Amino acid sequence: MLPVFKKTKELEAKIDEFLDVIMEASLEFKQGIKYYLEENFEEFSKRAELVDKLEGKADTLRREIENKLYSEMLLPEARGDVLALLENSDDVLNIIADTIMGFEVEKPKIPDFVDRYLYDLVSESSASVEEMVTTVRSYFKNITAVRDHITKIMFHEKESDRVGNKIKSDIFKSTELDLAHKIHISTFVEKLLLIADKAEDVGDRISIYVMKRLA
Amino acid sequence: MVWFYLLSGIFLGWSLGANHTGNIFGPAVATKMVKFRTAAIIASLFVIIGAVISGAGAAHTLGKLGAVNALGGSFTVALAAAITVAWMTKLGLPVSTTQAIVGAIVGWDLFSGALIDTNALTKIVATWIINPILAGIFAFILYKLSMFFLRNVQIHILEQDMYTRIGLVLIGAFGAYSLGANNIANVMGVFVTANPFKDINLFDIIHISGTQILFFIGGIAIAIGIFTYSHKVIKTVGKSIMKLSPISALIVVLSESLVLFIFASESLAKLLISLHLPSLPLAPVSSSQAVVGGVIGIGIAKGGGRAINFGTLGKIAWGWLLTPISAGILSFFALFFMQNVFQQQVYKPIKYSITPECRTKLVEKGLWDKKLESIEDSVFESAREFKYALILKMGLKKDRVNKIIKYAELYPLMIDSFKVKKELDTKWFGEERIEVLKKLHGVRFKHKWQLVDTLSKMSPVWRYKPPTPENRLYNRELKKRYEKLFIEFSRSHL
Repeated sequence: MLPVFKKTKELEAKIDEFLDVIMEASLEFKQGIKYYLEENFEEFSKRAELVDKLEGKADTLRREIENKLYSEMLLPEARGDVLALLENSDDVLNIIADTIMGFEVEKPKIPDFVDRYLYDLVSESSASVEEMVTTVRSYFKNITAVRDHITKIMFHEKESDRVGNKIKSDIFKSTELDLAHKIHISTFVEKLLLIADKAEDVGDRISIYVMKRLA
Repeated sequence: MVWFYLLSGIFLGWSLGANHTGNIFGPAVATKMVKFRTAAIIASLFVIIGAVISGAGAAHTLGKLGAVNALGGSFTVALAAAITVAWMTKLGLPVSTTQAIVGAIVGWDLFSGALIDTNALTKIVATWIINPILAGIFAFILYKLSMFFLRNVQIHILEQDMYTRIGLVLIGAFGAYSLGANNIANVMGVFVTANPFKDINLFDIIHISGTQILFFIGGIAIAIGIFTYSHKVIKTVGKSIMKLSPISALIVVLSESLVLFIFASESLAKLLISLHLPSLPLAPVSSSQAVVGGVIGIGIAKGGGRAINFGTLGKIAWGWLLTPISAGILSFFALFFMQNVFQQQVYKPIKYSITPECRTKLVEKGLWDKKLESIEDSVFESAREFKYALILKMGLKKDRVNKIIKYAELYPLMIDSFKVKKELDTKWFGEERIEVLKKLHGVRFKHKWQLVDTLSKMSPVWRYKPPTPENRLYNRELKKRYEKLFIEFSRSHL
C-alpha cells in the first residue's frame, strides 16, 4: 500500500477508535447507573472506574488525531470543523465521566418513586450520545445519513427534557424529602440533562458543517 | 547575438511562468492542499515536456498571424509583450500572455506593412470568447457531477481529502503540460520563422527539430519563472478570484487544463478529424481566461449570480481589452526605435511583383485582369503597398486581390542537393520525396507556388490531395514539409 494510503487509513482507524471509546463509555455509564439504582455498588464502582479510564483514553486519542491533522496539513478546509467536532464530542464524554464520578463520590440517595424515571432519563441521555457518535461517524463517512441521525438526537434530547422535568417536579412536590435532598437529586438530574444537551449541540454543529461541505 | 535576441523571449517565458502557474497550482497551494515546492517541481517539469512534445500546433496558428521574419523583430515583439505582461501584473489586472503577444504581433504586421491575416486573427479572437465559455461549461458540469458523486458515494472525509490532493497534483501536472503545449507559442512562437537552431538527428532514431530546441529553451525560462517569482502570484490568484474549496479548486483547474489541451493538442484534432467530427482551431489561449470561466461556471452551479463578484469581472474584462491594445501600440513604437535608433533589422521586407510567371498563373487561375498590365514587372515594397495599388488604383475586388497577392509574393528559392542531403531529415520527409527534390538541384524559383507546382508535377508524393475532411491531415502534414523547404532554400537566407 502506498504510504499516503496507509497514513490515511491509520488516521481513519484512530478517529473510529475515538468514537468507539465514547460509545463504549456511554453504554458503560448507562449500565453503571443501572447498578447504582439496583444498589449493586461494587459493580457500579467498576463501571465508574472504567468510564474514567475511557475518558483518559479518548483524550489521548483526540490529541493524537489533532496532531496528525495539523502536522500533516490534512483537511485544510474542514480541519477547524473536525477539531471542534472532536473536542465537543470529547466534552460530552467529560460530562459523562464527571456525572458518574459524582454518583461515586456523593452517593446521592435516590427515593424509590424516582428510580424508574431516573433510569429512563439516563437511557435517553445515553441514547442521544450514541446517536451523536453515529452522526459524527456519518459526517466522516456517509454525509447523507447525517440528517436522520440528527433528528434522532433531537428526539432523545426532548425526551430527556420531558423525563427530567417530571423527576424535578415530582421531587419538589414530595413531602418525604427535605430541601437539601431535593436539591442534591436535582443537581444530578441537571447533569444528566446536560449530557443530552451537549450531544444535541454537537448535532447542530454537524448540520452546519455538512452544509459547508456540500456548498 | 542570437542569444541576446532570444533574451526577450526568455523574459516573456519567465513572466509567463511567474504569472500563469498561479492559474494551475494557485488554488491548490492557497488551500494548502499542495506544498509550493511540490507544485513548482511538477509544474516546471510538465511545462517543459508539454512545450517540447506538443507545442507546435498552437505555434502554427500564431505563425500565420504574423510570420515575424527577422530576429530583431522577434526580439522586439516578445519584449513588447513581456513588458505589457509585467506592467499589467503590476497594475493588478489579470493578464494574458496570449493577448499580449497577439497584440504585439499585430503591431509588427502594421509596422512591417505585412497584411494581417484576418482569418487567423478572427480564429484567435474567437478562441478568446470560446475559451472562457467552454471552461465555464466544463466547470458547471464537473461541479454538478462531483456533488452528485459526493452525495451518493460513501467516502471518508480523509480519503476524499487524499484523493483531492492526488487529483490536484495529477491535474496540475496535466494543466502544466497543457500550458506548456499551448502557451509556448506565445513565448517562442515569434522566433519560429527566424529560428537560429538546426534540427538534430540522434542516431537516426530521435528527431529533434530546431523548433523543439527553441521550445525547450522557452520551457526552461518558464520553469525559472515558476521557481523564482510565482510564489507570490500563486497566493494572490488562489485567494482573490473567489474563495474556493479544494474540490472546486480541483474542478477549476481540470476545466482550465481541458480547455488548454483541446486548443493545443494536434493528436486530439487528428482524432476528431478521423472521426469526421468538427475540430476546434489550434490556437494559443489564455489560461487566465479559462480560470475565470471555470470560476464563473462553479458560481452559476452553486446558485446563480450570488457567488460572482461582478466588480472583479468588470476589471477582468477591462484587462482583456487593454492588454492586446497596449501590447500592439508598444510593439509598434518599440519596432520603430529598434529600426531607427538601434539600426536593427526588425523585418525582412517581402516584395511583390507581377512577373511573367505570375501572369501565366493568374491567367490559368482566371484571376487575370487587363488593368494589371500597367503594373507588370514593377516591384512593390510591401503587401500593403501592393494591396493599395490593386484596390484603390485599379478598383479590383477584395477577395480577388487577396488571391493575386498570394501569387505575386516574391520569395526567391534555389534547391541545392547538397543541402537536401545535409539539412533535411529523410525520415520525416520520406525517401521518395527527397529523391524527387534532389532532381531539382540548381533550379531557381521566384515564387513559393512555383516550387509547389513543379514538385506536384514531378511526383504524386508532393501533390496535395483534394480538400475533403479525410485529406485534411495529409494536406496539413505536407504543408509543414513545404514550409520547411521554403525556410531552408530561401535565397534571402544565403
